[in-house]
Amino acid sequence: MAEGNNLFTVEIITPDRVFYKGEANMIEFNTLDGEIGVYKHHIPLTTVLKPGVVKIHEVEGQKAAAVHAGFAEILDEKVTLLAELAEWPDEIDIARAEAARARAEERIAAKAENTDLARAELALRRALTRINASGYK
Amino acid sequence: MASMRDIKRRRSSIQSTQQITKAMKLVSTVKLQKARSRAEAANPYFNYMYHTVSSMLSKSGNQNHPYLTGGNSSKKAVVVITSNRGLAGGYNSNVVKLITGSSFAKEDLEIYAVGGKGVEALSRRGYHIAMDASTIIDAPTYMDAVVLCEKVLKAFENGEIGEIYLAYTHFKNTVSQEAKLMKLLPVEIEPEEDAADSNVLMNYEPNEEEALNLIIPKYVTSLFYGAMVEAVASENGARMQAMDSATSNAEDLISDLSLKYNRARQGSITQELTEIIAGANAIS
Repeated sequence: MAEGNNLFTVEIITPDRVFYKGEANMIEFNTLDGEIGVYKHHIPLTTVLKPGVVKIHEVEGQKAAAVHAGFAEILDEKVTLLAELAEWPDEIDIARAEAARARAEERIAAKAENTDLARAELALRRALTRINASGYK
Repeated sequence: MASMRDIKRRRSSIQSTQQITKAMKLVSTVKLQKARSRAEAANPYFNYMYHTVSSMLSKSGNQNHPYLTGGNSSKKAVVVITSNRGLAGGYNSNVVKLITGSSFAKEDLEIYAVGGKGVEALSRRGYHIAMDASTIIDAPTYMDAVVLCEKVLKAFENGEIGEIYLAYTHFKNTVSQEAKLMKLLPVEIEPEEDAADSNVLMNYEPNEEEALNLIIPKYVTSLFYGAMVEAVASENGARMQAMDSATSNAEDLISDLSLKYNRARQGSITQELTEIIAGANAIS
């Protein structure tokens, strides 16, 4: 790769706003197949997101955000994340996330007959993502 | 000619009606602005989703997926988005007319209603209401759309329904809204694709079929959400217009009645005078 311009366009779009739009060196996020990092000139790829922390490496530094569910479209010079829900660390209510985590863990541990385990696990993962992301303030 | 008192009473009743319609117009103007900015904020997500799905489908060779071919059932689900309140001109009846005027057989339709007015009108006409989710139209959120989508897609996967349609009111601008009936599933591909990236060979993770499985529901959800926020904007736009014309009609009536009232008043004074003069003449 040539020296100099390694920047590509990153867009994170949610149903109620354009969450982020800018230039980045690298972006990391969590997909169904594991965490991936994307540089410029990645092969075209459409992949499904898992709840996780998205890290955007800009020229001036790093930005992190919690992203829950959605998918990503990676093109040569552009990465677009369509997320159903995305939050910056300072938008996260940490007390609420902790409470949600406790609730979800309790539900999974109790293994009651009518619990929807997949749902509880998803709730747990969401809460953990929020707690994780809020550490990047 | 009606008596002065009658005219006066009628006029004051119209005046108070006018005050109400005026207030309703102001309220819906404010609500419209809020709803419109929400609808506009949802646009980029929706457009990108549409773009991705259509480019994905136009390139995919895998045409046997149920989302693309439709289910076996002859039943059709229609998600009908109307409002919970009336007094919005033709807003609700236009949506209902789309369904009653369509070529669908009544027995084949399962109505998933969002909005109380649609439930009332359609159940009265003998349509089967499969679900009534009217409360969500008051303040639609993306999570509401997710829940609704899960229910409809579950029925689709269980083979209860073979096709999914969406009836809502498209918000063109403040003064014009258009009721629309849209086919959601099976997805119909529009061979537009002239964008620069149309030649890119896209890879999919985990694989193409899995990706379709996960992305199509999101696409349907985004359509539901987009339709709901647009419908709220349309509702308020329609109500604003209806109340505006009601207010100006009241204005016309009031000026008409004022004229009549003044004529009656003058008439009664003239009559009184003639009577007095006639009486005075008789005495002298």
